[in-house]
Amino acid sequence: MNPQLSRRRFIKAVIASSVAAASSTGFHSALAQDRPRGAVERLISLNINGQTRRVDVAPQETLAHTLRYKLSLTGTKLGCNRGECGACTVLIDGVTHYSCSTLTHSVRTRAVQSVEGLQAADGTLHPVQQAFIDELAPQCGFCTPGQVMTAVALLNDNPTPTREEARQAMAGNLCRCGAYEHHLNGVMRASGQGS
Amino acid sequence: MSDYKLVGKDFTPPDVIGKITGKAKFAEDFRVDGMVFARVYTSPMAHGRVTNIDTSAAEAMAGVVGILTAEDVPEVEAPNGAILTNSPAYIGDPIVAVAAVDEKTAENALAAIKVDMEPLPFVTDPLDSLIEGGPAAREEGNVFARSREGSGFRTVNWTKEQIDEFRAGKEPTGEFVSEWSYGDLEKGFADAKVIIEEPFVTIGYAHMSMEPRTAMAYWQNGTCYVHGSAQSHTFWIPGLARLLGVETKDVVLISENTGGGFGSKIGAYPLAALPGYFSRKIGRPVQLRVNREQEYYMGSARVGFQGWLKMGFGEDGKATAADLFIVEDIGSNATGGDASSAGGAISMVYDPDAMRFRGLPVLTNTTPRGAQRGPGQNQMAAVMGPFMDKAAKALELDPLAVRKINATNNDTTVNASQGPVTSAYLQEALEKGAEMFDWENRRNQPKKNGSKVRGLGIGQGYHSAGATGFDGLVRITPDGKLHIHTGVGNLGTFSYASTSRAAAEVLKCDWENCVIQNGHSERHLPWNSYQAGSVSTFTHTRTNYVAAMDALRKMKLIAADTMGGDPDDYDIDGQRVFRIDNIPQGMSYGAIAARAIQLGGEYSGQTYPEDINEITQRSVQNLAGSGLVGVAKDNLPQEGTIPGLACAFVEIELDLETGKYDILDYVGIADCGTVLFPAGVAQQMKGGAVWGMGMASLERHVYDPQNGLPANVAYHQCGIPSYLDVPSVIRTDAVEFADPQNPFGARGIGEPAMGCSVAALTSAISDALDGHMFGRTPVSADMIVNHVTGRDQSFLPQQTNNF
Repeated sequence: MNPQLSRRRFIKAVIASSVAAASSTGFHSALAQDRPRGAVERLISLNINGQTRRVDVAPQETLAHTLRYKLSLTGTKLGCNRGECGACTVLIDGVTHYSCSTLTHSVRTRAVQSVEGLQAADGTLHPVQQAFIDELAPQCGFCTPGQVMTAVALLNDNPTPTREEARQAMAGNLCRCGAYEHHLNGVMRASGQGS
Repeated sequence: MSDYKLVGKDFTPPDVIGKITGKAKFAEDFRVDGMVFARVYTSPMAHGRVTNIDTSAAEAMAGVVGILTAEDVPEVEAPNGAILTNSPAYIGDPIVAVAAVDEKTAENALAAIKVDMEPLPFVTDPLDSLIEGGPAAREEGNVFARSREGSGFRTVNWTKEQIDEFRAGKEPTGEFVSEWSYGDLEKGFADAKVIIEEPFVTIGYAHMSMEPRTAMAYWQNGTCYVHGSAQSHTFWIPGLARLLGVETKDVVLISENTGGGFGSKIGAYPLAALPGYFSRKIGRPVQLRVNREQEYYMGSARVGFQGWLKMGFGEDGKATAADLFIVEDIGSNATGGDASSAGGAISMVYDPDAMRFRGLPVLTNTTPRGAQRGPGQNQMAAVMGPFMDKAAKALELDPLAVRKINATNNDTTVNASQGPVTSAYLQEALEKGAEMFDWENRRNQPKKNGSKVRGLGIGQGYHSAGATGFDGLVRITPDGKLHIHTGVGNLGTFSYASTSRAAAEVLKCDWENCVIQNGHSERHLPWNSYQAGSVSTFTHTRTNYVAAMDALRKMKLIAADTMGGDPDDYDIDGQRVFRIDNIPQGMSYGAIAARAIQLGGEYSGQTYPEDINEITQRSVQNLAGSGLVGVAKDNLPQEGTIPGLACAFVEIELDLETGKYDILDYVGIADCGTVLFPAGVAQQMKGGAVWGMGMASLERHVYDPQNGLPANVAYHQCGIPSYLDVPSVIRTDAVEFADPQNPFGARGIGEPAMGCSVAALTSAISDALDGHMFGRTPVSADMIVNHVTGRDQSFLPQQTNNF
């Protein structure tokens, strides 16, 4: 078996599943416009961290790719690029998504928040970020932006989770360093419940 | 230790801010003008020979910039890994690379390349290779032995009867290639009241660092700039220069943040040099982004064991003899030493009166193997957990008592040489852990509740934890700041920062007044050790200590020269050098630095000690004249093995109907001398605990023996522990007895933190099953169900790399 071929087959599967799972708004409205059948408008506007960004997006492009390589928002990491590790987690309309498995065209009308969008304009850190510092949550740091984003979404939805609720909510983010407990301590501290 | 200003105190390492804001840049986050993207065609065969490569169609494709084949890179003598090869020895071995304007074009070009290959015999289980007529993973032989006397291929075969006996759990009688021993083994077994004899298997598995091994390189005026995913920093430079075929002065490594290494990125690996070669060939910056699937193929993995252990114990539980035989699965590229290290761990942690080790490293056509967190020691720990429990049961002793009587202490002698240790307090650690865990009470609790049964386990972990002979370099600039130059890599342990505080401690500086210079060769870094083997803490508190002491000596000399008197008339307070008998008389650190620049010579780095490494020499030359320079090689006395030790206590609740278990409580205790950075030690102890939990029950290689295909090339297939596989609270502490051979009393802890965990888990699983020993990791849920229901396991005894 050629692993490269296998890889491409997998990517096709991810794209197919992402299209199926995505909201119909962005992707299909593009198709409806006056252009050759099957074509997608490439120069689109995205709402990223509260700003409108114009960007040239290929039809099959993932949000992680757009953020990292088109918009230089490299805080969003690619650990697996196949929807397993959560290092690429961003918020779309406040809900966690793996940006490696989300087509950029599917978020055209939605609000995307990446880790770069958490800090206030004056540099003040988000409470989750501050708590992650106080609890020394990261080790290598590669999964950390994804962990932070999932924690932010959790606390937006449930400001005072139990530790078990936090554990369940964070379970889509892997950490090879095994810093899970320190991350949970960070979540609990950010929720004002101590660590 | 309470007198210390910084040592033993928590702080925020400077890289943490970038990690939580997303501003920390890893190798893949860099882009430079004109950069193109490389992708690699890898072997679809487990073992083969490339007979022809036709790249014409790929070269004709729009956007393709260049092709790199094995002819463009140095040939490497097997079994060492090559940058690109025409003799692939595992599925995923890199054969040819394409550079293109984007990755998609490069991928399409790869699909257009025609590679003709001749298949060769392959093997995925060492015992299948050892048996008479079995396939060899390399054409040169099926065994590769490394030793001081010389390394080389061998062909070793065992008879079918010898293989069958080994599978039946009997002492192996086949040929082996390495051996060491001490003491009178026969007498040791004769003195024993109880002898335990068990076969075992520990399956290898991938490192799975979150950041795949990306590299990007470009050349400027003969210097190769490499953005790499490096576990160590200056330690990478000689290897990287060798791979690139240039001198060490012609390599600049940029690696400020590395997304985990765990042994897989200790030194420069071949793929890190691929962009450098490609860039030189096509004249453009090249980035090679390795994807997750490829990371499983050509990343790195732990060595697997198929072994047999016999130990004798006296009436009081004291180990009288140990006889260990290990067949090592060393994969395709033959690292070495795990098995012997496993023997060393027995000699350290259980201290038998006599011991023999025999080893046989066998090549398989599986992913390259390398050191992985506690290489050898931690596989052995997995075996020893239930093994010691079995001994305790036979002797009718408390499992804790058997551990304590053998526990490493200041009089323990280790390895074949039976040399001393610098210091060791594993018995005290066991006592502290037992108290925190409430071992006595828990032993008396009821075990069974319906289909749920509770199991208790104790584990111990060890790895040598220190090195010597590396350099330290500090600099005080006229603005009064202390710059600590460190070549320690940043793989996530924060040791680059915590060891830097040793220099600040000596010079009594406020931490806010210190600047760590690291992560980029052009920040002028000293020759520092590998960031592996738990060595950084011991090693680089020493290097920073000697450099700071050199700076202090020079500061006092300058003060005496400027203000009169002898150097000994002066002391420091972190901001000023002052006269002891007239405190108002003094000079600020900034003024001293300015004076050092005026004086030149050794004061500001125009001259330097002759015994420092050439890399440190160049750094000092580049810094000369910019401040007061403290630089020295660590020539402090050092004798004996520097042990990192840890123990763990765990309670599980195992469901006999599903084979799954929950970890109810975990207590881990470190014996790492003085704790340098409490939160960092806690991170290592807890992260190591998670690693041990993964090894005990989740992580393994699986290969299809018919085709040599790896079945697990994704996280979920490999069993990396998630939040839901580990307890949400892991309790840790440390016994703090200062090590006499470190200026601050500190030793390392990263690897023992895992060994104690896996041992405690396998011990607890055995305890829950009335002392049953699987003799195998991982212990999966289906294995437990098969055992409980009396069914055969799905694998042959001693089989490896299987489900």
